Amino acid sequence: MTAPAPIAASRGLCSCHVCQLVSRRDQRAQVAHCPRCGARLHFRRPGSVQRCWALIIASYILYIPANALVMMETGSLISYRKDTIVSGVVHLWRTGSWMIAVIVFVASVAIPLLKLFSLTLLLISVQRRSTWSPRQRTRLYRLVEAVGRWSMLDIYVVTLLAALVQLGSMATVKAGPAAVAFGAVVVLTMFATMEFDPRLIWDPLQKEEFHD
Amino acid sequence: MTDRHNEMQDIPEAVSEPRRRFSVQLVWIIPIVAAIIGLSIAAKAWIDRGETITISFKTGEGLEAGKTKLKYKDVMIGEVKSIAISNDRSHVVVTAEVSKDAKGLMVKDTRFWVVRARISGGNVTGLTTLLGGSYIGVEAGASTELRDHFVGLESPPAVSMDVPGRQFVLHTDDVGSLYTGSPVFFRRMQVGQVIATDLDKDGKGVSVRIFIRSPYDRFVTTDTFFWHASGVDLSVSPNGVKLNTESMLAVLLGGISFEQRPNAPETQAAPANTAYTLYATHDEALKNSVVSEKFALQFRESVRGLAVGAPVDLRGVTVGEVTNIDVTLDRSRSDFSVAVEIQFYPEHLLSHLHAGREGLLPSPGSVQTHKLLDDLVAHGFRAQIKSGSLLTGQLYVALDFVPGARPARIDWNAAPPRFPTVPGSMEKLQKNLTEIVQKIEKLPLEKLAGDAGHTLRSLDDTLKSADQLLKNMDRSLVPEAKSVLTETRTTLEDVRKTLTEARGTLGGASQVLSADAPVQVDLRDTMREVSRAAQSLRVLGDYLEQHPEALIRGKKEEK
Repeated sequence: MTAPAPIAASRGLCSCHVCQLVSRRDQRAQVAHCPRCGARLHFRRPGSVQRCWALIIASYILYIPANALVMMETGSLISYRKDTIVSGVVHLWRTGSWMIAVIVFVASVAIPLLKLFSLTLLLISVQRRSTWSPRQRTRLYRLVEAVGRWSMLDIYVVTLLAALVQLGSMATVKAGPAAVAFGAVVVLTMFATMEFDPRLIWDPLQKEEFHD
Repeated sequence: MTDRHNEMQDIPEAVSEPRRRFSVQLVWIIPIVAAIIGLSIAAKAWIDRGETITISFKTGEGLEAGKTKLKYKDVMIGEVKSIAISNDRSHVVVTAEVSKDAKGLMVKDTRFWVVRARISGGNVTGLTTLLGGSYIGVEAGASTELRDHFVGLESPPAVSMDVPGRQFVLHTDDVGSLYTGSPVFFRRMQVGQVIATDLDKDGKGVSVRIFIRSPYDRFVTTDTFFWHASGVDLSVSPNGVKLNTESMLAVLLGGISFEQRPNAPETQAAPANTAYTLYATHDEALKNSVVSEKFALQFRESVRGLAVGAPVDLRGVTVGEVTNIDVTLDRSRSDFSVAVEIQFYPEHLLSHLHAGREGLLPSPGSVQTHKLLDDLVAHGFRAQIKSGSLLTGQLYVALDFVPGARPARIDWNAAPPRFPTVPGSMEKLQKNLTEIVQKIEKLPLEKLAGDAGHTLRSLDDTLKSADQLLKNMDRSLVPEAKSVLTETRTTLEDVRKTLTEARGTLGGASQVLSADAPVQVDLRDTMREVSRAAQSLRVLGDYLEQHPEALIRGKKEEK
């Protein structure tokens, strides 16, 4: 890359998050407001990295109970089961429902974990002002953002079953404590993804730092 | 540049404000809360963590790691985590996790067993396991010593520890239709159950452990006897066909009944684990509830139809039974004799003799009993075999006074003592028949017939000469009618002479024919013997015609 393409921030331009009005802004340490709607103006999402870290750490913490605790309790005349996510996958696999086992595993174990790892990787690379293949990292970010809501699959299944299967002593399905933790993980990672400012990936190429 | 500047001029200026001081992001509360939640969950899990125990079972049938539950009073208290085979491969070791609140149950004498569907003893248990799978039943022990390794029971404990009552041990030859859980009846009411059946160490019997619930356990006294209440007791005996049944439940499933010995004095309740004998039937139990005395009887006759268990009868009262029948070779006489061993319950007899004087009852085997029996034998008290039933041909041993029996005494030195016997009625009949036949065979029938012919011939001759004489007399009388009167005297003389002669002749004849003539006596005796023989044969013939089976089964008892 010879001459880096000009970016808004390097020209002292800043767009409003709310009304998308582009306005000039003094680069020096000052808090600026949108001249049109009055919203606060930032060159970059303020505290993006920090917030993102906080949410990801919280997700990491909650990921443990989400997998260790009981996700779903199914009781029927014949049997009574308490399944964690992994034991459910194992059960599905053993009983021959390989496709469903794979889907549940991917949606409930692999994707949240990959999201967490991807965000961690992005955050570390951003903090280290790494210039390593920003295009790939951006693509990764897009993927994380796109896939985010789909890892709620387990929660959907559990909530649907818990609502539908209530036949007294014949059969009952109850959501376990892991469902809450798992839901929290999914939501927190989604927030973390939202919080992350992908522009930060490209900033190291500008040899300038932008605050606020 | 100017263009750009102009463009820049188009862009409105942001409203500036002095920078605020850097503040800590509130967002950090989220991971802190998450950490607190995570830690609290971990702490709770750690506090609530169950105890891991191991239980060894013979087989892992019905057990499944991660699925099989541990239940105490039907409440889940734990779960099987893994099942492994023991090092010596003789049993399986089940590792289970027990919840925190059930930790106190895991003491030294806590019992574990696998609950499967069982249909036994009239009750169906563990029906839910048909659908829900087996689980491990737990019964808390009373001990306070905590344990983490247990040996599981192979079958559920028939009686849970918290049911009051007592256990007793019954010894029997074979277990019959009893099994763990079989009911125990008292007056046909279920008061307990069999909790274990075990082969004796020497393999010669079975020990049945029973449990009688409180308060019924107080009816088990030292004077109690137990018998198999299982099934239908159909017995064909000299007394006829007898059908004895217990309650329908016992008939279908078997069980044990117990009862107090009749007329038993008030007795204390027996202590727990008292051993009793379990009899096959109520009758047997009743018989054996009295101490018996054994005797050996020797018979030279056939005992076909005499079976072990046949009654020993005293004027219709059963006072004992045959316990053994054996053939022995009597070398000195080169003959076989049948040794019949009987069990005799003198108390049956003696209690009658001593009615109302209970305290003076001589106990069996005592000197008094021996003396009494000796006295009886001296007066002709003997054993003999009699036919009990013409229908079944069964024999029994009868005890009674036999008139004219040869003197005998009980040989108390023999083991068992030998009781004197007399031949039975069948043998007597056979002997008589043989004697008759022999006598008939011995008769000189041909010679006797010849003698009789000879005698009759000489009688005929005599009569002929007498006839001639009369004819002569007639001839000499008619032509000389006139001289008759003159010659009457002479004629009369002649007549008298003739008559005298005739008398003499007749005297000779009558001498021949006189009642006390030796030939006549012989003949008459012979005829009488023959007729008696014929009569006996006819009677036998008639009897055999009516009862041909007597040839096979023996003669019917004279009524």
